[in-house]
Amino acid sequence: MLKVTGIEKGIVIDHITAGKGLKIFQKLNLDKNKTQAVLLLNVVSHELGQKDMIKIQDDLDIDLTILGLIDPNITVNYIRDDKIQKKMQVSIPHKIKGLFECKNPRCITTEDQYAEAEFTLVPNGKIKYRCNYCEELTEYKL
Amino acid sequence: MPLINRHLIDPNDLTLEELQQIIELGLKMYNQPKAYSEICKGKILGTLFYEPSTRTRLSFESAMLKMGGTVLGFSDANTSSAKKGESIADTIRVLDDYADILVMRHPREGAPLLASQFSTVPVINGGDGGHQHPTQTLTDLITIQNYRGSISNLKVAFCGDLLFGRTVHSLLKTLSRFENISFVLVSPSELKIPCHLKEEIQQEYNVEIIETTSLEEHLPEIDILYMTRIQKERFFNEEDYVKLKDCYILNQAKLKHAKDNLLILHPLPRVNEISYDVDDDPRAKYFEQAKLGVYVRMALMAMLLGVA
Repeated sequence: MLKVTGIEKGIVIDHITAGKGLKIFQKLNLDKNKTQAVLLLNVVSHELGQKDMIKIQDDLDIDLTILGLIDPNITVNYIRDDKIQKKMQVSIPHKIKGLFECKNPRCITTEDQYAEAEFTLVPNGKIKYRCNYCEELTEYKL
Repeated sequence: MPLINRHLIDPNDLTLEELQQIIELGLKMYNQPKAYSEICKGKILGTLFYEPSTRTRLSFESAMLKMGGTVLGFSDANTSSAKKGESIADTIRVLDDYADILVMRHPREGAPLLASQFSTVPVINGGDGGHQHPTQTLTDLITIQNYRGSISNLKVAFCGDLLFGRTVHSLLKTLSRFENISFVLVSPSELKIPCHLKEEIQQEYNVEIIETTSLEEHLPEIDILYMTRIQKERFFNEEDYVKLKDCYILNQAKLKHAKDNLLILHPLPRVNEISYDVDDDPRAKYFEQAKLGVYVRMALMAMLLGVA
């Protein structure tokens, strides 16, 4: 079995649904900055069967909103002195601002810089967001 | 919460009780206009019309003038600083010092909401793209109240452009909140109501909706028939417009099978969708509707300004 050592100080993004790890790695720009990070794919998991994980040897300001949007199963562990100092469970965000564009070409957010695209989660069913300006529904896809 | 200093962007900004208060005051003003002829003395209405409008703009202007107030503004984006690229926020930051209340029409959906976020005076949505037109909804509701006596227990048919028709969207959402309302939606398949609106109405209000392409099919059961124009300005190409423009034409022959107390409404302007032979039918109330629109806008502005 592949073994990766723990980190002394930093962040572990755990319980990522297998197959989504690479996208999250890219969304967090870990492939572009100089932070030491490791992406683990298809790790054996008692709960999920297989999972992906990301270990970051740094105090990054992780956007939990975008993680919740991509995969609400994720847990984020903050590590200090080789121990978990804080554990955060992400969830599907109720409100979203500035993460994606409204798909309605007639929406004011597509034209006016003061109108930043803001969305509210629609209750029931698929993960859909209603634009706060024009009310068009957008289904978020990774 | 009192209406003074609030914005009206979406009809759902108003509770059913507030809608009734505005309608009641509008009908009082309609019956006794002189009693209200000076209540807005010293007040200024700012009209920000980034898109052409005849009825809505003049109805607002008439409403303010009938209450003793004055009006300033522009009626074409080409004659305003928007042409020079000024943002809505900057326009509003200046104009809210020039006027006591603002009404905005804009081709972009959500523009009046953006304006309200920067305004210190009440902003009224005078129509934003194909999205909402809350004061037309007030106009429709006051007409129904006046001629039917109540806004409940009604089967309401909407016919024509249900995709881009902002008057339809606003009225559908608002009527859904009243008691025992059901809808028949008549349109070509290309112009059905937006999915998000249909989902919202069915999920949040559990209202019965029948979608059909036939105007005649359900006409005998209908209490209110809301006709709409196929809007040339909402199409990206002329060919699609030409194909659909005369798809529904209401005439006396079709009305033979309708109820005697049917109410025929239309937000106007009309093109071909209602034949002129319908105008003399006592069930046709679209011109009275436009007249009542002035009084309900008077009531709305008076309440937002806190003068009635």
